[in-house]
Amino acid sequence: MPRLNPYKWLAILLLSLVIPMGWMGDVPRKIILNESIRNLYFHVPMWFGMIFLLAASAWHSLCYLRDRQMHHDRLADSYSIVGLLFGLLGLTTGMIWAQFTWGAWWSGDPKQNASAIALLMYLAYRVLRSSFPQPDTRARVSAVYNLFAFASLIPLLFILPRLTDSLHPGNGGNPGFNSYDLDGRMRLIFYPAVLAFTLLGFWLADLYARLRRVNQILQEHYTR
Amino acid sequence: MSILYLKNTTAIVEMADLMRSNGKIYVLLAVVLLIFAGIVFFLMFMEYRLSKLEKEVEDHTAKN
Repeated sequence: MPRLNPYKWLAILLLSLVIPMGWMGDVPRKIILNESIRNLYFHVPMWFGMIFLLAASAWHSLCYLRDRQMHHDRLADSYSIVGLLFGLLGLTTGMIWAQFTWGAWWSGDPKQNASAIALLMYLAYRVLRSSFPQPDTRARVSAVYNLFAFASLIPLLFILPRLTDSLHPGNGGNPGFNSYDLDGRMRLIFYPAVLAFTLLGFWLADLYARLRRVNQILQEHYTR
Repeated sequence: MSILYLKNTTAIVEMADLMRSNGKIYVLLAVVLLIFAGIVFFLMFMEYRLSKLEKEVEDHTAKN
């Protein structure tokens, strides 16, 4: 049995509670949504997880620009790649849900378009990173890009879709969660689900960052 | 948009009541939980192999 940081145990514990509770717990009976209201426990935590991961990534980019320590660049890289994974999962799970509630996989909804643009920015970050052979230049330029990407992510996901009409719950003038009619039973599962999937994301990013670290140590060692 | 303002009446909204009443929903729940257990097991395995690799690399680079 490997030694795990406590937050990883917490992720396992919460996920093994959230999955059965998400399937079996009581939910309000709503027309159109029906059982798909349970998407709140699985699709929405992907986006919350993505935001936390990308915020952590931006934070480490900022730290890199301040002190030029390579481990900040590794962490920014790792958090952003798992954030991108969560975003892609959020987008595709949202499309499945949209087909059965809005009637189309993609309806060009402001929320859908804005999240697609946001993900493209982070795909461009991957391309940008891979285009520099020298680690220092790569770290510096991609840190600056990452900060701009995160700064544009916030209006894309949280401000622009609210300025216009959107099909998405919580948008089109509604600032918060009230439009979900999120009742107490659902909150009790939803918040732990957000925490659980976020912790899982940080776990994946940790594995990736450690793999990159070993990789860099070996590279430095054998090119010397 | 007007449909959003319809009153949700509990009687007519269709839910997966049949799957719950005959218990078959638990079959799917068991499947999902097993998949999750498999993923957790693999993550633990990765942790184990990665920790060993980290230790090896650190020992090796410290020596030289």
